[in-house]
Amino acid sequence: MQRIVIDVLGDLGGAVIDGLGRLGRAALFFGRVLGVSHRVLRRFGQVTREMRASGVRSVLIIVVSGLFVGMVLAVQGHDVLQRFGASDSLGVLVALSLVRELGPVVTALLFAGRAGSAIAAEIGLMRATDQLSAMEMMAVDPVARIVGPRFYGAVFSMPLLAAMFSVLGVFGAWLIGVRLIGIDAGSFWSQMQATVDFRHDVLNGLLKSVVFGVAVGLIAVFEGFHAAPTAGGVSSATTRTVVISSLAVLFLDFVMTTWMFRG
Amino acid sequence: MDVQGLTVQRSKIDVLVGLFVAAGLLAAVFLALKVGNLAGFDTEGGYRLEARFDNIGGLKARAPVKSAGVVVGRVESIALDRETYEARVLLQIFPEHRFSKDTIASILTSGLLGEQYVSLEAGGDSAYLASGDRIAKTQSAMILEKLIGQFLFSKASEPNAGGSK
Repeated sequence: MQRIVIDVLGDLGGAVIDGLGRLGRAALFFGRVLGVSHRVLRRFGQVTREMRASGVRSVLIIVVSGLFVGMVLAVQGHDVLQRFGASDSLGVLVALSLVRELGPVVTALLFAGRAGSAIAAEIGLMRATDQLSAMEMMAVDPVARIVGPRFYGAVFSMPLLAAMFSVLGVFGAWLIGVRLIGIDAGSFWSQMQATVDFRHDVLNGLLKSVVFGVAVGLIAVFEGFHAAPTAGGVSSATTRTVVISSLAVLFLDFVMTTWMFRG
Repeated sequence: MDVQGLTVQRSKIDVLVGLFVAAGLLAAVFLALKVGNLAGFDTEGGYRLEARFDNIGGLKARAPVKSAGVVVGRVESIALDRETYEARVLLQIFPEHRFSKDTIASILTSGLLGEQYVSLEAGGDSAYLASGDRIAKTQSAMILEKLIGQFLFSKASEPNAGGSK
């Protein structure tokens, strides 16, 4: 009995210390990535290349998802709003949900699955095949050469993708609401424009997506860079990237939402 | 890989990323202008008026200020006056609109369940309100509970109240 209690407590303590250790290493790694920023941003061609891999290639999934999320919001929103005779407010409902929440959050979740996993797997495989050690031996800093461009590629891509998601969502809602259901186009746009505020809604939404870009980018490069140099290590780094960045995005979203929209 | 091939590949990547960035920025501009209506809401321009109400009901900051139903400004901030216990509402009025000194400010509701807004009714005074001026005549928000209470009270106090039919 005593033995079991000690075992359980030992496992718990070990898990907490392990988790805190990872958090600390991630923070130090973040500092290291930021420390080489000037070297990364000076060779912007590298960042451009990574933006193609993570950003440009995510456009299709973002655009299609945004369109469908917007259409579904319009159908469901109209169903509820028409009970109160307020279906003219559909534009407000859709635009606020997309710009404030769904645009940044769903984009970040999709990005973590589409691009974050790829970044982690790529860097993890470089670790497993000793490419990173080889670079270090040639006095090339892998953080500046490999990690930095991928991190900044994610940071720059995320707000652009989130903006596209929101716009396609509004377009999808317009297709369903105005074209199919027959809400007046004038009140759809005018109520939206009267309610959505540039600074309070649009800029805060974009700020959210920048923070998500930093979070997802950092988690992906950290997990890849610190992957165990085995096939299993690469696979677990990829899985951890998707799981941890999804949870981090949802948690950060809650924190930022209470801070931004509490009033 | 030869140098020629490398440059061709690089420029293709540059074009693709350029397209991506342009599309993203275009989307952000669309959100700002078409969805957020940044062009129609210039916070820098315009002048500020003050109005004091006994009760503002459910009025919120950034609610529209309307005159004859046309949006002429926004509610900038709402605060409680510490001495008089009145609500101090600051209104940001677009610069192209001027209102006479005897303008009446009242808080109305658009529709039955709609949002509340400040309505300005211009009077006949030839002098205009300047920035920082206070609107003297105000009409508070209509509180449904108070209205029902008043109605019941006046019904009960009628001479033949409760009379047999």
